[in-house]
Amino acid sequence: MLFRLPASSLKSVHSLKDVAANSSRLVARRTPVRFASSSSASSTVKSVLDSRAALASAAIATVGSIAWYTHLYGTLPFVGQVHANSPAEEGLHPPQYPWSHNGWLDSYDHASIRRGYQVYREVCAACHSLDRIAWRNLVGVSHTADEAKAMAEEVEYEDGPNDQGEMFQRPGKLSDYLPPPYPNEEAARASNQGALPPDLSLITKARHSGPDYVFALLTGYRDPPAGFEIREGMNYNPYFPGNAISMARVLFDELVEYEDGTPATTSQLAKDVVTFLNWAAEPEHDERKKAGIKAVILFSSLTLISLYVKRFKWSVIKNRKIFYNPPVDKTH
Amino acid sequence: MAGFANLFYNTFVRRNSVYVTAIFGSAFAFGVGFDTAVTSVWDKWNQGKQWKDIRDKYIQDEE
Ligand code: HEC
Repeated sequence: MLFRLPASSLKSVHSLKDVAANSSRLVARRTPVRFASSSSASSTVKSVLDSRAALASAAIATVGSIAWYTHLYGTLPFVGQVHANSPAEEGLHPPQYPWSHNGWLDSYDHASIRRGYQVYREVCAACHSLDRIAWRNLVGVSHTADEAKAMAEEVEYEDGPNDQGEMFQRPGKLSDYLPPPYPNEEAARASNQGALPPDLSLITKARHSGPDYVFALLTGYRDPPAGFEIREGMNYNPYFPGNAISMARVLFDELVEYEDGTPATTSQLAKDVVTFLNWAAEPEHDERKKAGIKAVILFSSLTLISLYVKRFKWSVIKNRKIFYNPPVDKTH
Repeated sequence: MAGFANLFYNTFVRRNSVYVTAIFGSAFAFGVGFDTAVTSVWDKWNQGKQWKDIRDKYIQDEE
């Protein structure tokens, strides 16, 4: 497609042919067996290589492959680079984990979301809020309406004002959002040595490598390497940018008791809570993939149909033959 | 083939009212059928993972 000739190059073919015809004596002397037709063929090849389309496609191919390379490897090929940051300061790149919802056709594993909610509620909710999720969002995803209502009622929410103009406490409803652990940011920082535990609603969208990163972070705690100084109250984690994080390791084997009997290993807890957080950040995921399948099927069949119709309509024009009957010379 | 085309023309296209109704009706039928087909493939592929596959474990009988 890229090499299709622009109309102007056809013109240059003609002019080259004229030149060739004018200098046919010269050509004939050099290569007596060559005919004008063959020389015009080689000039077509020449003008393809000279054409603007060839130039443009070569440029696009070059820019494209460099862009692709830098996207893949993050640096330009054959160009040395010096960084002020060591790789440790950016954090170790997490591995890619085989999430149960990775594939194009894969939905979330809702049993895992349910277990992950339990981990969030029993562990992470002590420090992290989940502002964008209301109790009603859990209904039909990980819990029944009755379960969600019961869980909401265990929490007291402030409401009001009533007709005396006073605020009052009431048990939660489905429409209430999950309660935050701290009333405000200052309280959160004060309880965590100045570090703010971020809201987890969108955390898998807010970090490079999303769920892979959060999983690697939660399971990646280890002793700092020799010579790595770590402040009091900070913890070493190779995946966290800077490697010193104020959140201590929170997940341990058997920390949570799953109601469905799944063995609660550290990595199982992390996998479930990350699946849950991934759902919290992308609740539309299942519907989106389903709509995507439909769109791909519909649009590719429409493309095929329109290609067929185009060929059908053009076949008359493309198959016609034009004859030229030269006028008979009647002067002789 | 020509017979089919004639039959098609005579039944659906000759009267505009029939033609338009047929278009809308078949679009509706296609929409329902296509959705059902995609959903059944989706459900088969994701068997056991979706909420509807696990919800009866948690639904309590109402007495
Ligand atoms: C004891 C309180 C506490 C608990 C419990 C806790 N965290 Fe944290 N978390 C923090 C604090 C404090 C930070 C901020 C760390 C920093 O910026 O150094 C943080 C940061 C994070 C971050 C952001 C890291 C980044 O890249 O900025 C994630 C993700 C996270 N926590 C996930 C979790 C998950 C998932 C759980 C539950 C399994 C959990 N946390 C439990 C206190 C906690």
